[in-house]
Amino acid sequence: MAEPMKIRATLQGDVADVRVLMAHPMETGQRKDAAGKLVPLHFIQTITGQLNGKTVFTADVSQAVSRNPVFAFKVKGAKAGDKLSVTWQDNTGDKRTDEVVIRAGS
Amino acid sequence: MHQTRRSVIKAGGAAALLAAFGGALLNPGRAQAAWNKGAFEAKSALDAMRALGLANVEDSKAIDIRAPEIAENGAVVPIDITSNIPGTTSISVFIEKNPFPYTGSFDFSQGAVAYVHLRVKIGESSPVRVVATAGGKHYTSVKEVKVTIGGCGG
Amino acid sequence: MKRVLVLGTLAVACAAAAQTPDPTAAEFDKFREIMEQDNPAELFEVKGEELWRKPRGPKNASLEKCDLGLGPGVVKGAYAQMPRYFADVDRVMDAEARIVHCMITLQGFTYAELAKQPFSSLTRTPDPVSIVTYVAAQSRGMKLAAPQNHPKERDTYEAGKAIFFYRAGSFDFSCTSCHGVDGQRIRTQPLPNFTKPEQAIRAVQGWPGYRMTGGVMHSLQWRMNDCYRQQRFPEPGYASETVSALLSYLTVNANGQVYRGPGIKR
Repeated sequence: MAEPMKIRATLQGDVADVRVLMAHPMETGQRKDAAGKLVPLHFIQTITGQLNGKTVFTADVSQAVSRNPVFAFKVKGAKAGDKLSVTWQDNTGDKRTDEVVIRAGS
Repeated sequence: MHQTRRSVIKAGGAAALLAAFGGALLNPGRAQAAWNKGAFEAKSALDAMRALGLANVEDSKAIDIRAPEIAENGAVVPIDITSNIPGTTSISVFIEKNPFPYTGSFDFSQGAVAYVHLRVKIGESSPVRVVATAGGKHYTSVKEVKVTIGGCGG
Repeated sequence: MKRVLVLGTLAVACAAAAQTPDPTAAEFDKFREIMEQDNPAELFEVKGEELWRKPRGPKNASLEKCDLGLGPGVVKGAYAQMPRYFADVDRVMDAEARIVHCMITLQGFTYAELAKQPFSSLTRTPDPVSIVTYVAAQSRGMKLAAPQNHPKERDTYEAGKAIFFYRAGSFDFSCTSCHGVDGQRIRTQPLPNFTKPEQAIRAVQGWPGYRMTGGVMHSLQWRMNDCYRQQRFPEPGYASETVSALLSYLTVNANGQVYRGPGIKR
């Protein structure tokens, strides 16, 4: 079952600096388990970032991304209080969306 | 090889259509432009770039790739990429010595800055190649990351 | 004869490596600090807090009355002040040993079930590991202050020191073989000298740590066990007085320095 992401979105001027930490095994399909069996391919394939519900960032990635991935991207035209959400979908069709409110920078 | 702009766009368009069509067959649930299986399963960066329609790629010093010279652990290598080429709409990342070099593409055309941070698995010391697309043209830069056998766990 | 040979080797390694600060290690540190700003350990902090608050075990109780040394339920700052003496058990305990104690007394779990597989694997993170990650995170940015007020706290420090220097096993190693000399290195990892305060911080900093190898969460209980394994010693008991004593020695040596919270490790 898809576990929650940790998202931090901080404003720098009118750009939101978004940092996302995802919980996902990102299995390459090359690893053998304790019993010697190959663990199947299981990895996040697509990521999208939305500002107030509108897609502003998209990514397609491979199983070469590290386990428990961390991504950062920057969204233009953001304001404090705007909603920033991130969605990922993996090769099994599992998906997860989490949302935060953009905080003013310090 | 000199190609006319028109033929480059045609080739890029066809490849993109093929990728989308092939991807849709393999991922029937997906509505959007599909995950490019052909590119992701290519065994060389060059083949992957072809599958992505990245042709006539010029070297550029305006792509900033920040990664460790030597990775403490090849399982988690942090990479910071900024494209300073005006009008950059997307970048693609290739870890040339990985079994499947194409690692991902990041699209900024809908309102993101041409910047991304990602953490990747690098199997052996390898060039990390970035291709940035701006105004329909493609530019590239590369950075070598060494991966070693480490020490204990502290 | 064997003892002289080992010392001789150490002396040569020491002389060779002690000349310049290691640039590779400095680069590792730099990138590790960057990665610690967005640390997968945070996923385990969240899990640990859930486990702290949720009523669980045969007694269906939460851990919110657990006394980590600053009073029942006080988590903020507690990790930085451990190991410490606890009157209810008349011994010094490190954080994870204390959490295990609370899981037994407040929630009704047994030592046997908690000690059976106490260390993380790719598919399973034991509850005490997530909980100690949460507890440690609540001491982020605080100065280490493992107390030495109670006589047993001082005795435990001395016991830890004796254990640290004790040579045994088929390699005739002690902790000092790797960590009692300046300037040593094993492959690409520098080996800090934990007998010195300014280097002892490296025994505590970044633990519990999200290990990049395997993407698993590991605490100091695991690290001490792994050190024993690397020295070809028998395993120390999980949450035992031996481990608390060693952690007391290391932490007290590092007292006064700022703890940055759960980190990232190789």
